[in-house]
Amino acid sequence: MSALVSLQSVSMVYGRGADAVRAIEDVTLDIAKGEFIAVVGPSGCGKSSLMKLISGLHLPSEGRLTIEGRPVTGPLKSVGMAFQNSNLLPWRNAINNVLLPLEIVQPHRSRIRSERAQYRAQALKLLESVGLAGFAEKHPWELSGGMQQRASICRALIHEPEILMLDEPFGALDAFTREELWCTLRDIQQQRKVTVMLVTHDLREAVFLADTVYVMSNRPGRIVMRREVGLPRPRDLEVTYTPEFQSIVHDLRACIGGRH
Amino acid sequence: MIQVVAPLLFTVLLFVLWEAVCRIFKLPLTILPAPSEVFGSLWQFRVPIYDNALVTLWTTIAGFLIATVFGLLLGIFVGWHRTVYSALYPVMVGFNSIPKVAVVPVLILWFGLGEVPAIITAFLISFFPIVVNVATGLATTEPELEDVLRALGASRLDVMRKVGIPRSMPYFFGSLKVAITLAFVGAVVSETVGANKGLGKLMLDAQSAFQVSIVFAGLLVLAVLGIVLYAITALIEKRFTRWAFRGQHR
Repeated sequence: MSALVSLQSVSMVYGRGADAVRAIEDVTLDIAKGEFIAVVGPSGCGKSSLMKLISGLHLPSEGRLTIEGRPVTGPLKSVGMAFQNSNLLPWRNAINNVLLPLEIVQPHRSRIRSERAQYRAQALKLLESVGLAGFAEKHPWELSGGMQQRASICRALIHEPEILMLDEPFGALDAFTREELWCTLRDIQQQRKVTVMLVTHDLREAVFLADTVYVMSNRPGRIVMRREVGLPRPRDLEVTYTPEFQSIVHDLRACIGGRH
Repeated sequence: MIQVVAPLLFTVLLFVLWEAVCRIFKLPLTILPAPSEVFGSLWQFRVPIYDNALVTLWTTIAGFLIATVFGLLLGIFVGWHRTVYSALYPVMVGFNSIPKVAVVPVLILWFGLGEVPAIITAFLISFFPIVVNVATGLATTEPELEDVLRALGASRLDVMRKVGIPRSMPYFFGSLKVAITLAFVGAVVSETVGANKGLGKLMLDAQSAFQVSIVFAGLLVLAVLGIVLYAITALIEKRFTRWAFRGQHR
């Protein structure tokens, strides 16, 4: 596996002078093509900053960040993002929300008017694959939280990005819906072989889904642990009850620390 | 049903009370004419009232439409960037604080007696809420959503077109309700200060001739027109921003 994303001693600072906040310090990591990584850590440890960095929304203050060997200089079109809040546009129905990125990214942008039907079919298929077959014409407020999040993930995937970035995408959902969506995400990743970076608080989520888990420390965020999850794929929810799984979660938890 | 009956009942009650007060205290016609008197004058002078009301209505709507276009464009410009917002905002607040009555004589000086000062006054008084609302709608776009689009390589214009402007539409249509009533006030104020036609002018003339019941008839027409204009803009608002009213029955 070749490195798709590579960070070498990358630091990131918000603001200048005395007000400057060091969000990320000396982070070195590689993400291979098709790898699923998870970044876990306490609140405000710069996990989201790391996401902004890799998506090209923020440039590193120090260090070297390359994607496919080329240094990152601005937003990457090959990224899809989804957040804790689904951020669907309330005036668009589900399918039109999913189509939104295609109205921005070339070459779809100039084609979408003339080939709308084709793109719609593609979006419908994607919605079907996450179990939203009958909900394409529904507006966001007519969908449950879990459905909104599914639609949001579809929106992140529609333009077939190289990298899917998820910032606590299941954080606001109840435990059962969350586990359901884990499986949806697992299947999507398996089918599409997309590279995924998942930022989360939930250690079980990280271990269940990821190939590699990174633990970040408090601000400024550093990588304090890298743990490969050796569990065989495809993984079933049952795996979360095995001692191997538990022991990885336990190790990660110990590394994050804090009062118990 | 109750939503139609309740306001009607209340209005009728108000008129009955007014009539009763006038009769019980035997108020002179020059102080407060009873509704019966007012409706009498309304019927008697229906032709001049109608003619003048048309003028007021047209100046109001002209001023309001100019304010809508201008307010929307300026609002988008102001909401475009934080710097523009902070640069223009104080000046606009200052401008809005000037009583428009004080501007009317200047307008008459420039444009002469006629409909133009009324249109401009209606415009001046009503564009501000539109600008503020549109700018606020744009300024409160969720940063995460902006990230999603910017990460795709969206330009500022793309973000505006796809997210900012549709998002600010409920604010925009909401402000139209405020603006239309203000435009009406502006037009009438201007006519009262100086004009050759319009309800304001009619009321001013009637007042100087101690025809107080005509003044009240004019007020009544103003109130009714105000309600109608408000209702129309409210209807337009509901029609165009249905998604923002999702809680209510669709």
